[in-house]
Amino acid sequence: MENKAENPSIPNEEVKGPGKLARMFLTLYDVYKFIARFFKEGFLPPYELKELFRQCYEIGYRSALLISTTGFITGVVFTKQSRPSLSEFGATSWLPSLVGIALLRTLAPLLTGLIAAGKVGSSIGAELGSMRVTEQIDAMEVSATNPFKFLVSTRVLAATITIPILTFYTAMVGMLGALLNVSMSENTSARAFFQSSLEQITFLDFTASTIKAILFGFTIGMVGCYQGYNSSKGTEGVGKAANSAVVIAMFLIFIEEVVSVQFFSLFRT
Amino acid sequence: MEQKPTLKNTEKVIEIKGLYKSFGNYHVLKGVDLDLYKGENLVVLGKSGTGKSVLIKILVGLLTPDVGEVKVLNQYVDQITYKELLALRLKVGFSFQNSALYDSMTVRQNLEFPLVRNQRNLTKAEVNLAVEEMLDAVGLLQTINQMPSELSGGQRKRIGIARTLILRPEIMLYDEPTAGLDPITCLEINSLINQVQERFHTSSIVITHDLTCAKAVGNRVAMLLDGQFQHIGTFEEVFNTNDERVKPFYDYNFIQ
Repeated sequence: MENKAENPSIPNEEVKGPGKLARMFLTLYDVYKFIARFFKEGFLPPYELKELFRQCYEIGYRSALLISTTGFITGVVFTKQSRPSLSEFGATSWLPSLVGIALLRTLAPLLTGLIAAGKVGSSIGAELGSMRVTEQIDAMEVSATNPFKFLVSTRVLAATITIPILTFYTAMVGMLGALLNVSMSENTSARAFFQSSLEQITFLDFTASTIKAILFGFTIGMVGCYQGYNSSKGTEGVGKAANSAVVIAMFLIFIEEVVSVQFFSLFRT
Repeated sequence: MEQKPTLKNTEKVIEIKGLYKSFGNYHVLKGVDLDLYKGENLVVLGKSGTGKSVLIKILVGLLTPDVGEVKVLNQYVDQITYKELLALRLKVGFSFQNSALYDSMTVRQNLEFPLVRNQRNLTKAEVNLAVEEMLDAVGLLQTINQMPSELSGGQRKRIGIARTLILRPEIMLYDEPTAGLDPITCLEINSLINQVQERFHTSSIVITHDLTCAKAVGNRVAMLLDGQFQHIGTFEEVFNTNDERVKPFYDYNFIQ
C-alpha cells in the first residue's frame, strides 16, 4: 500500500494556532453565526411548541418563588431606606411614586435579569453542556433531527417570553413589600398607595421596561445556550459552560442596562 | 466460536478513498481507503486514539475530512447540502459508545423522538406500535416507561440500538458496542448485532477492541494502524500475520 502520509499534497506540516486577537474575532464571528442561526431557524416550521411551553414553565414557574422573595424584600428595604431622605425635605408623600418608578424603570428588570442569569442561565449552560459531553446532541444530529431548533430556539424564545412576565411580577411583588413598609409606618390605605405610585408611571416607563426585559431574556437564553451548546468535552467543560453562562450574561445585562437608560432618557423631556 | 463467512456481494454502500483527518498537529487518519459491501458486517479494530470513531463520525457528517473522498450510498458526504445530509442520515444509523440516551426522557420518548420528527404523518397509535415493536426486537419492552438512569449498561446499549433502528436505516455504525460490559452482556450484544443484520438487512461497521466481538459479528475485519488500514480480510487472514503491531491484540484477547 502506498504510504500517503508522505504525500506532499497533504497538509502534514506543523499547524500554528491563531493568536489571541484572532481567537477573539473568531469567537465573535462564532457568536454572530449562532445568533443568525437562531433568527434563521427559530421562527420556521416545524415548531417545537411542546418543548417551548415546557421551557416557559421551567424558567417561569421554577424561578417564581426566588423572584417573589427577592422582589418583596427589595420593596420593603428600598422604601425603608428612602424614607429618612424624603422626610428631611418633608416629601414622604412622594414615597409611593418614587418606589413605583424605581421598581418599574430599573429595579424589577435588573433584579429579575440578574436572578434569572444565575438560575436559568447556569441551568441552560449546564444542561446543554452535559448533553454535548455525553454526545446526546450528536445523537440528535445523526438521527436527522435539528438539535438547534429543539434545544436552542425553544430555550432562547422561552427566556425572551418569560423574563418580561417575571419582571412585571417582580415589580408587583416589590410594590406589595413597599406597601407593607408604608402601612407599618403611617396610616395610608392600599388604594391611596397604588394610586399615588401609578400616577407618575408613564407609557414610556412601561415600554422601556418591557423592551429591557425582552433584551435581558434574550441575552440570558442566548448566552446560556451558546456556552452549553459549544462546551468542550469533559465534565470540566460542563462546569465552565455553566459558570461562563452566568458571568457573561450578568456582565451583558449591566451593559445593556446602562445603554438602555441612556437611550430611553433621550425620549424623556 | 464460529467465524462468520465473507459475503459475496460486490455492491458498495460506503467507499472511502485517501481520507486524511488531523486535529491541530495530531494527524489521526493518514490516507484511509475502505469499502463496505451491502449486507456485510465489517469490524474495524485498532488501538485507542487511532481514529476509529473519527472515521465513522466523518461518515455521518459529524466531522469533515481534511482530504479524501467519502461516499455513502452513492453520495459524497462532504459535498452535499445540509438537507441532503439529513436525508442521508435517515439511512445511516449510529450507535454511540455511551449510548447517548436523552436522559431527561423516558425510554418511550427516546424512541419516539427521531420517529415523530422524521415521519410527521404517523398517528399516535402507529408511533406506539413502532416503539413497542422495536423494544420487543431488542428484548426490552418492559423498560418502556423507565428513565435511562434506571437502566444497566447493557440495557442502555440495547435501547440506543433500538432508537437507531426505529428509522429503519440501511447502514448501521456501532461505536464500541461492547465497551465496559461484562462478558455475558457482550455475548448478548454480539448476538443482537447479528440479529439486526439478518432481520433488518443492514450493512454495518462495528468499531471495537474486543476480538470476541470481532470474530462473532464480522464478515470482514479491518485493522487500523498508524492512520491507515494495514490489514483487511477475514478474521483468520488478519491475525495470521507476522506484523508485530497486530499480535498484541490477539495475545491480549485470547491468550491472557
